Amino acid sequence: VAATGHLEVAKTDGKRTPPASNRADASTAAVVRFVFGGTLWLWSLLVIVPLLFAVLTSLKANNEIFASPLRWPKTLRWNNYARAWTKADIGRYLGNTLFVVGLAVILTLLLSSMVAYILARYSFRGSRIVYYLFILGLVFPLFLAIVPLFFVAKDLHLNNSLIGLALIYAAYSMPFSVFFLTAFFKTLPNELAESASIDGAGHWRTFLQIMLPLARPGLVSVGIFNVLGLWNQYLLPIVLINDDKKFVLTQGLANLAVQERSGSDYGALFAALIISIAPVVAVYVAFHRQVRSGMTAGSLR
Amino acid sequence: MTRAAGRNGFIVSMLVVPVGLYATFVLWPYIQSFYISFFQWSGYTSSKKWIGLQNYRALFHDSTFWISFKHNIVAIVVLCVLTMVLGLFFAAMINVGGRAGKTRIQGVRGAPFFQFVFFLPCVLPIVMVGVLWQFIYDPSTDGLLNRMLSPLGIYGNWLGSTSTAFASMLAVMIWMSVGFYVVIFTAAISRIPAEFIEAAKLDGASGLKIFNRIILPVMWDTAQVGMIYIGIQALDLFALISTMSGNPSGGSGTGGPDNATQVISTYLYSNGFAYGKFGYATAMGVVLLIITLVLAGGLFRLTRRERIEF
Repeated sequence: VAATGHLEVAKTDGKRTPPASNRADASTAAVVRFVFGGTLWLWSLLVIVPLLFAVLTSLKANNEIFASPLRWPKTLRWNNYARAWTKADIGRYLGNTLFVVGLAVILTLLLSSMVAYILARYSFRGSRIVYYLFILGLVFPLFLAIVPLFFVAKDLHLNNSLIGLALIYAAYSMPFSVFFLTAFFKTLPNELAESASIDGAGHWRTFLQIMLPLARPGLVSVGIFNVLGLWNQYLLPIVLINDDKKFVLTQGLANLAVQERSGSDYGALFAALIISIAPVVAVYVAFHRQVRSGMTAGSLR
Repeated sequence: MTRAAGRNGFIVSMLVVPVGLYATFVLWPYIQSFYISFFQWSGYTSSKKWIGLQNYRALFHDSTFWISFKHNIVAIVVLCVLTMVLGLFFAAMINVGGRAGKTRIQGVRGAPFFQFVFFLPCVLPIVMVGVLWQFIYDPSTDGLLNRMLSPLGIYGNWLGSTSTAFASMLAVMIWMSVGFYVVIFTAAISRIPAEFIEAAKLDGASGLKIFNRIILPVMWDTAQVGMIYIGIQALDLFALISTMSGNPSGGSGTGGPDNATQVISTYLYSNGFAYGKFGYATAMGVVLLIITLVLAGGLFRLTRRERIEF
């Protein structure tokens, strides 16, 4: 497996005399760099312009939106936001989303770290089975479970319930979290746990007071990953929630987009869009490094 | 007794709640799904009727299902190739594309800015991205994209025409996910020991050569994981397609125009939750699982190369 990449390193000491064509090469290289660098700027524009368009549209009157999509609004129509918040109920959906995602992430972190700690630090009969049952949830598509899940939730009277939705979010966030945290707990040093146990700390105290605080960086990564992932969740809420008082943002916005197609209050729709993405963008701006490593964490193991 | 019993009690008490929750909402539905797929069932217990493999047989003869299946395959291929190529290209540009000394490589100026911007769409909820792009693709000549392309004489009814709708949606997928691969490839590039590239530079290797001979080979591992990620995404596409092609709760509105953007997930959802054919929808879920497993296994084999370790 370990086919080490051998590179012929020049045995000269790096001070070879440059060939005559070096100057021409250098200018070609500069042109190439310029063209390639240009593609980076082009893609950046491709990302920024649509988002800028969304922000501008959210502050415009209807007739302005199509007349001049990328022009600065004549007057800033902040009451688009007021209409989105109250009339289109985005305030309520935001509250519901914060509640469901918040509760679900706390539950996920707590429950997954319990499982992961046991799997990483205790050997017992059946531990591999437990581990693989969680891995199975990583591989199996959610769509396979969605029909039976709908009926399970209904039988338990957990459909149309934000707490029910949070429990289900937590259950479906566990596979990745357990997988990630198990690997994380395995990397923690043994000595601390051992000395704690010699000092007479029980299993619970060792877990809660020593190991859990040590796992903080791992918990932060998993937490960020789950907040963004669950904020994004769409299939579970549209299947499990049909009372529009209990909509979360994704489903509320999708619904609004359909209504506004006929009602055509585009300003309010885009204000609603900006309100829905503002929290995740704010988290990203504040913690962009952690967010990037948190979201890609799964792929680096 | 105490120590060992305490240990076992601890293990059990730590596992019982999480495993219980997981079993109820994840494992139990998965197990049930295989069973439900053998029934003709509209959701009421009284109407449940065992029909054996009938759902699977019907699926095999359902032309809309085959169209959906084909779209998923197209999505997997297109997204794998384009997202990977773009991601790899940008990652290489950002990390080693800078003006370099004779022996050193350097990222382009503004590398942190590019990383920040490229990844930005990845944090946006897919539904919001779908709603936004639906407006950008507005079919009128005043739509943002049509307006920007009008100097080139290009006009499109992007989401309304069967010939462009699916491609337009895949373009949005690419827009959203390139940044993710830039980030994972960047992490992989940063694991290449600097001496390797320095040595190559000393030898007078061009940037292209360094890319081909050093960067690309050590990327295979990352590329493999990346392809499985994209593959799984390409088998889903539900949130994007259902927001961009109409309202899923509106029933047959999803996957249009004329099934041009129908994929397995949207067709499954309509069958289950709009037409109430729960058994049939679940059978589709089982087929989706099989495709997922084949895909993951296949990609693993396909991309298996000799690993380069340092």
